[in-house]
Amino acid sequence: MTLRRWFLLPARAWMALFFAVPLAIVCGYSFLTRGDYGGVEQPWTLENLARLADPLYLAILWRSVWIAALATLLCALLGFPLALFISRAGRRRNLFLQLVLLPFWTSFLVRTYAWLFILRDTGLINTVLTRLHLIAAPLPLLYNDGAVLTGLVYNFLPFFVLPMYATLERLDPALIEAASDLGARPFATLCRVVIPVSAPGLVAGCVLVFVPCLGAYLTPDLLGGGKSVMLGNLVQNQFTTARDWPFGSALSLVLMLASALLLAALLRSRLARELM
Amino acid sequence: MASVLELRNIVKNFPGHRAVDNVSLSLDRGGFYSLLGPSGCGKTTTLRMIGGFEQPTSGEVFLNGSAVNALKPYQRDVSTVFQSYALFPHLTALGNVEFGLRERRLDNREARAMAALDLVKLAGKRDRLPAQLSGGEKQRVALARSLVIEPQLLLLDEPLAALDPKLRKQMRAELKALQRRTGITFLFVTHDQEEALSMSDKLAVMNEGRIEQFGSPEEVYLRPATRFVAGFLGAINWFGAAGVRPESTRVSREAPAGVPSIRGAIESTLFLGNCVHLNAMLEDGSRAIAEVPRAQNRFQEGETVFLHWHPGDELRFE
Repeated sequence: MTLRRWFLLPARAWMALFFAVPLAIVCGYSFLTRGDYGGVEQPWTLENLARLADPLYLAILWRSVWIAALATLLCALLGFPLALFISRAGRRRNLFLQLVLLPFWTSFLVRTYAWLFILRDTGLINTVLTRLHLIAAPLPLLYNDGAVLTGLVYNFLPFFVLPMYATLERLDPALIEAASDLGARPFATLCRVVIPVSAPGLVAGCVLVFVPCLGAYLTPDLLGGGKSVMLGNLVQNQFTTARDWPFGSALSLVLMLASALLLAALLRSRLARELM
Repeated sequence: MASVLELRNIVKNFPGHRAVDNVSLSLDRGGFYSLLGPSGCGKTTTLRMIGGFEQPTSGEVFLNGSAVNALKPYQRDVSTVFQSYALFPHLTALGNVEFGLRERRLDNREARAMAALDLVKLAGKRDRLPAQLSGGEKQRVALARSLVIEPQLLLLDEPLAALDPKLRKQMRAELKALQRRTGITFLFVTHDQEEALSMSDKLAVMNEGRIEQFGSPEEVYLRPATRFVAGFLGAINWFGAAGVRPESTRVSREAPAGVPSIRGAIESTLFLGNCVHLNAMLEDGSRAIAEVPRAQNRFQEGETVFLHWHPGDELRFE
């Protein structure tokens, strides 16, 4: 074996043991029958996959895609100007990057709980607005799609900002000067030069936000309060409350395939081929 | 008729140093002009103030007689060919050339863009992306992209610096021909004296933020206004206070009568094809070069000789 292969060995072993094997188990479970107290039993069946066509589950799948897409769009709208600003902040750009990464210093769970205290009826926003007599009754900020969306955007914004920043930071300032020189006003320069040239970062950022949002479980669980169910919650439900491991596996498989197909489509798109 | 460009007492300060120090310059329409100087002399900063990318600390820029200090680059009727070309990587050669036409709301875009690509002999590569073009081709696309919007003034920031020497010489002639064909005023920034001398109708020699001399290549070479200009444009020998070009410096074995001369020893001879450079160590300890035609070189290394010159060839400065 060459030295290079030896270097790859630890990563390969790790991935085989903790990724490929569990994935194969999930695949296998998808085609088995549920046991009475959890677990799986014979015989092999396609029923779990057939159940996915149930309008109830299709609705949840659709909701998950919709919420993940909306969260991605919001991250892009918030993150692009932020990344552009940081990339042009000169010597202070490292400080700003640290600030973007600051939330990672505390646990994901703690940060999501913190939103409970901000959004609930007796939380920060409602208390302030009530004291200022701007509202009579607390606004319903928690346990709905809006709360889930807020939590997702908050948690995944850095995943958009970092690749976007990396691309914008490498953007040749002479391109912006050239556009201006040829008669483009700042907004036209943004639309016709900055965004197209930094498209790889935009695509990477969107994928990095959309994929984890699609499978999000903790955020909809805490901030959606069980009322705003996404695919991740449905999977979790099958393994705990419903004790239907095969159906949970089938759901996970579909989620994973959907993400993989989306990624493949993006990577094979004309845009990606030309720019990456 | 108003000058196409006029700079009045332009000063540009950067934190800690003055890049441009009281520069005034006036260019007539339709000429090929150069700003020549060593790196760091302020020539690129001057160009960027004309393009609108930098604001002068004081002084005024006029285009066609009207002050443009307050105008953004996209409001000025000038265009720049950048040193790095700055082609848009996501657009084809044609797309790059059409960019300015679209932004300036000009019609008949494709025909105009194709005519410009034709002008720089790149019509066959209209659909190539910049990454698929060679350095020289990128250069031509950048030229076409600026020429197509027919600016009052075309600014070129060391556009030939990134090309290999052979291509560079070829592009000199092409640039000059393009300027004549389009009639657009060119202002060309370079640190290469040969480039500036061979291409320009008039050139401004810059040093430490100031214009030391502005004149035709002949004037600047034959009658340099300052010691710096004399030394920067071509080699010069200093015999006391008098400067003499190597091609005006003669060599003989006997002391010549009636002309100034100085004794020295030939340290080395340098064969340059059509001529020979004799490097001499003079008796006062300084060095000088004499350029003699190959056929007339009768001198050996180590020989004691007299260097002399015609008093009319002396360049003298205060």
